[in-house]
Amino acid sequence: MSVAMPPMQEERPQAPRAAVRPTPFATPILDVRRYNFWYGITQALFDLSLTVPRQAVTALIGPSGCGKSTFLRSINRLNELIPHTRHTGDILLEGVSVFSRGTDPVALRQVVGMVFQQPNPFPKSIFDNVAYGPRINALCAERDMPERVERALRRAALWDEVKDRLQAPGTSLSGGQQQRLCIARALANEPEVLLMDEPCSALDPAATQRIEELMVELKQAFSIVIVTHNMQQASRVSDYTGFFYLGRIIEFGDTKQLFTRPSDERTEAYITGRFG
Amino acid sequence: MRLRGGFFCAMPRCYRSVTDAEYVSDRMTTLPIHPATTPHAVPAPAPTPQSEWRTLRGTNVGDRLYRATLTALALVLPLLLVTLLAELVVGAWPAIKRFGLPFVWTSVWDPVAGVFGAAPMIFGTLASSLLALLIAVPLALGVAIYLTEFSPKWLRQPIAFLVELLAAIPSVVYGLWGIFVLIPFLRSYVVPPLRATLGWTPLFGGVFYGNSLLAGGIILAIMIVPYIAAVSREVLLAVPASQREAALGMGATRWEAVWTAVVPYGRAGLIGAVILGLGRALGETMAVTMVIGNRHDISLSVLQPAYTMAAAIANEFSEAVSDLHLAAMFEVGLVLFVVTVIVNACARLLIWRVARGTAVGSRAL
Repeated sequence: MSVAMPPMQEERPQAPRAAVRPTPFATPILDVRRYNFWYGITQALFDLSLTVPRQAVTALIGPSGCGKSTFLRSINRLNELIPHTRHTGDILLEGVSVFSRGTDPVALRQVVGMVFQQPNPFPKSIFDNVAYGPRINALCAERDMPERVERALRRAALWDEVKDRLQAPGTSLSGGQQQRLCIARALANEPEVLLMDEPCSALDPAATQRIEELMVELKQAFSIVIVTHNMQQASRVSDYTGFFYLGRIIEFGDTKQLFTRPSDERTEAYITGRFG
Repeated sequence: MRLRGGFFCAMPRCYRSVTDAEYVSDRMTTLPIHPATTPHAVPAPAPTPQSEWRTLRGTNVGDRLYRATLTALALVLPLLLVTLLAELVVGAWPAIKRFGLPFVWTSVWDPVAGVFGAAPMIFGTLASSLLALLIAVPLALGVAIYLTEFSPKWLRQPIAFLVELLAAIPSVVYGLWGIFVLIPFLRSYVVPPLRATLGWTPLFGGVFYGNSLLAGGIILAIMIVPYIAAVSREVLLAVPASQREAALGMGATRWEAVWTAVVPYGRAGLIGAVILGLGRALGETMAVTMVIGNRHDISLSVLQPAYTMAAAIANEFSEAVSDLHLAAMFEVGLVLFVVTVIVNACARLLIWRVARGTAVGSRAL
């Protein structure tokens, strides 16, 4: 896919609030337009429209089963692998539809990395785990691989802990380290977007804090979309937040604003803990 | 619950303060406040908890009986194995004494002269099993991968059922099918092109009569495919979806996901499946003896007849003419036993080596 150079940090668009778009971002990395999704005859997502800004952390919150993960897995088209699913509407990545005929889902998933709820390293060495993506996508020659692996591990704040045992199995690490290994594995592909599906729900508070710090660092280079059940987490790490409820997006906007002055009473009820 | 020293230790003061004030409610009169029953006055209970445990254990006859029965049952199988081995050694003793170790590497088999060497049968057994694995493993793995990863859902159960049905066919039926279908088919369609292209190699030399190592290997392959396929399918089904998603999410194609994530994750279990098939191939008798040609000879060519240990025992045991011949048959059985044990031991070592880290099925094997 041809992808434009992301603008510098200070160019991050500042809210043209009165413009045509209701959401405050001039050049979003993801643009979702009236997206509907069905599992069989059950509709899971209803008429989603939102834009995800680049080089920022966007959090999706909402009660269980409200479609956050389904939406996340629509972005990299992982949902397609489930039989009997269908969708209408469109998701644009850098202005190009991820569903267009010219878009290869395999190439798409290289540009849109994903980190899952449970750490799922392969039963290979730490090195081979990180080198997995560059190898299958033939992103660099094998002689450049150590450099690329080191860069990914450094970005995932794991390098210092594993640099002496890169040949140890990835499964021998602790849960938090495994999750950072999975992040490093996703980063080794040099994606544009990093999707994180409740990346901390299986981790202890210390490991969670490390990952949260990591996300704040990573948004310098990547656009991050994170699904979380943890509202404190959303308010801590994200710049923008979307509230999902029953397959619909109820409210989307600046995190501070959404958490302090929600415009929808359902959002307010959820963030104040009255349901969900 | 029994009240013992310690439980009330912190309490007496407040009870006393209540009673000292001479205020006693209806409910409180039932509490043990009497000086004789306060913890300080109570002596240690006579039967200690430990001795109670002992008596409980000693009196439970049913438990002991159950334990003894299970121990006995668990020991029966190893005992059976040892008895079997001893019986084989005793039966083979005259031959062992006469021929010694060279029995396993000499090739003459002459019941009339009383000279026996089992090398051709050992070779035939190993070669036919190896050939069977070469054919069956890709086939069975392909079936398993197709069924778990690629086939439409409605097709999975019927195909799995039909493949497993192959295991239910009696081996003598396979033998008949081999004689009347497989060998004519090989003779007219498979061997001529093979000889035309690869006839110059020693593997495909000589005249093809029909009964051959190749026919035996193919029959064996068909017989072990259902075992390998069924176990492989279970192993692949047990690979967690998160591994597939991890690979696909990194930009792997489905094919790459299978080969770089799913199969490596289940590798220990898959090797176990192959070993199961190998064990079956080594011991298979009837179908093989019907198509392999039963000739005491070592030939590199798969087109030539061969012999296996199991086939030899089946064919010659009832017709053994002398005591020495009988003892030689026993020794063949012993060698087959030992070869099987060695192959399985090597396989187990292999599984242990590759099962480092987490791998599906390694614990079950």
